[in-house]
Amino acid sequence: MNRKPLLHLFEALMVIFLVIFLYPFVIVFINSAKDSFSVTQYPMRLPENWGQILLNMKSILTSENIRYASSFLSSIIITAVSLLAVTILPAQAGWVLVRAKTKTSQFIFFMFVAAMVVPFQIVMFPLISWFRTIYEVTGIKLLRTYPGIILAYLGFGLSLSVFMYHGFIKGIPFELEEAATIDGCSKPAVFYRIIFPLLTPTHATICILHGIWIWNDFLLPLLILGKGNKIQTLPLAVANFAGAYVKQWDLILTAILMAMIPVIILFLLAQKKIIKGMVAGSIKG
Amino acid sequence: MKKINGNNLTFWLFLAPVLLAFLMIIVIPFFVGAFYSLTDWNATARTGAELKFVGLKNFTDSFADPAFLYSFIITTIFTIINVIAINVVSIALALVVTSKLKLRNLHRVGFFIPYLIGGLILGYLWQFIFNNAVPAIGKAIPFMGFLADPENLLLSKVGTSVIALVIVASWQYAGYIMMIYVAAIEAVPTSLYEAAKIDGVNAWQRFRYITVPMIAQAFTITMFLTLVNSFKQFDVNYALTAGGPATIFMDKPIYGTELLAMNIYRTAFVSNNLAAGQARAVIFFIVLVIITLVQVRINKKKEIEL
Repeated sequence: MNRKPLLHLFEALMVIFLVIFLYPFVIVFINSAKDSFSVTQYPMRLPENWGQILLNMKSILTSENIRYASSFLSSIIITAVSLLAVTILPAQAGWVLVRAKTKTSQFIFFMFVAAMVVPFQIVMFPLISWFRTIYEVTGIKLLRTYPGIILAYLGFGLSLSVFMYHGFIKGIPFELEEAATIDGCSKPAVFYRIIFPLLTPTHATICILHGIWIWNDFLLPLLILGKGNKIQTLPLAVANFAGAYVKQWDLILTAILMAMIPVIILFLLAQKKIIKGMVAGSIKG
Repeated sequence: MKKINGNNLTFWLFLAPVLLAFLMIIVIPFFVGAFYSLTDWNATARTGAELKFVGLKNFTDSFADPAFLYSFIITTIFTIINVIAINVVSIALALVVTSKLKLRNLHRVGFFIPYLIGGLILGYLWQFIFNNAVPAIGKAIPFMGFLADPENLLLSKVGTSVIALVIVASWQYAGYIMMIYVAAIEAVPTSLYEAAKIDGVNAWQRFRYITVPMIAQAFTITMFLTLVNSFKQFDVNYALTAGGPATIFMDKPIYGTELLAMNIYRTAFVSNNLAAGQARAVIFFIVLVIITLVQVRINKKKEIEL
C-alpha cells in the first residue's frame, strides 16, 4: 500500500532533477535578456526587461566579430553539402564493394574500416601542408574554401558511412537487381533507381550522426578555414567572439542562445527519429 | 547476366570519388605525417625546402618535456574519472527512464538535449556558470556563502578544474550513452524479471544478475565510445579552461589542465614546432590504438563470462 506515495515522491524528485539538469539552458535564456551590468551582478535573477533580448540579438546580428547571418549560412552550406557527399558517394561505393566479391573489394573495404581508428590529430598538420602544396602546384585552393572543408568532411566521414551502407546492402536480396537487369536496366540505373531508395533508413541515420558532428565541429574548421576568414562556421564565430570580448557575457550568452536555438528546434521536431538514428549508428559503429 | 567484378568499369567508377577523398584526406597525410615526425619540419619551412632527417629526436624530446608528460598524466586522470562518471550517470538515468515513471519520455528527450550542442559552445556556457552563476547562488543563500568566495571557484585551481571538465563533459555525453543503455535494457525479455519477482528476488539482485549480464554487449560499445571520446577531448577543454590555471611540474611552469589534444595543437601552432606536434600526434594515435584493442578484448571476454 505504501508503494504509491513512494512512486509519486520519486516522480517529483526526478522532475526537480530534470529541471536542474536543464537549468544551464535557462541560465542562457534569462541572461540573454540582461545588460552587461546585471548579467554579471545578478546572473540567477529573472531579467527586469525581457525586451533587452531583442536588443542583444540585434547587437549579435550586426556585430562585425560574429557575423551571425553569414556564419549561419556558411554552417548550413558546409553541413548540407557535406551530408550529400557523405551519403551518396559512400552509398554507391558500399554497393559495388558488396556486390563484387573479389580480393580487391575486400581489401578496400578493410582499409576503410581500419581508418576508423585514425584520429584527426595525426593527420591535421600534414593535411594543411598538403593542401598548401596542392595550391602551389596546381592552383586549386582548398585551404579557407568550401570545397576544401567539404572534401575534408567527406574524407573523415566516409569510413563510417561505407561501413554502415555495406552492412545494410548485404541484407538486400540480389534477386531484386537481377530482375531489373533482365528488364534492361543498366548497372548505375539499378543502383540509383532500385537500391538507393531502399537505403533511406541508413541515409537518415548517417545524416543524423554526421550532421551533429559537422554542425558542432570546431577544430577542423579552425584549421582549414582559419581565423578571420570570410567563411566561418557558427562554432568558429562564437569562439572568435568569446575570445575577443572576454567579459561581454550578455552578448556571449546571446550568441550562444542564437547558436543553440536552431538545433534544439530541429531536434524537438524530429526527436524520435534522431534518437533512434543515433542509437542505431552507435551499435553498428 | 553480367556480374560486377573487380575489373568492371562500374566498380571503379562508383568507387573513385570515395577512394580519391580517402587518399587525399587520410592516406597521404597519414604517411606524410609519419615521415614528418622524423624530421625537423617547422612552420617557416616552405614546400620544397629540404627537410632534415632527425630520427626519433622529436619523440625523445617529447618524453623529456614536462608539459607533455604532465598532459599525458592529466589526460589519463581525466579519462578515468570521466568514463566512470558518464557510465554511472547514464546507467542510473537509463534505469529511471525505463521505469514506470509517467514522464519517462520527457526525461529521455531532456537528458539527450546537451548532446546536440557542441562542446565549444557548452564550454563557454559553463565557464559563465562556474565563474558567475555559482558565486551568485552563494551570495543569495546564507549557508552557501562559501560558494561566493573567489578562493572556492572551481576553475581557480587545477584539481577542481579537472572536476569542472568532467562535469561539463559528462553532462554533455551522458544522455547519448543513456540512450544506448535504454535500447539494451528494453531488449531484455520482461518474463525474466517477472520470474525473478515471483521467486522473491529483490531489486538490486534483479539489476545485478539479470540487467547487467543482459546488457553486457552495450558495455562494450559505451566503454569504447566514452574512453575514446574522453581521451580525444578538445572542444570543452579549449572553451572552459583553455588549459589553465598554471601549475608547476618538474620545476617547470606549465598549463594545469592541458589535455593531450590541446598539447598537440599548441606545440604545433603556438610554439611553432610542427615536427614535435606531429610526433606527439603519432604517440597519441598509438596509445589510442592500444586502448581500443585492449578494451575491446577485455570486454569481449567479459561478455562471455557474464
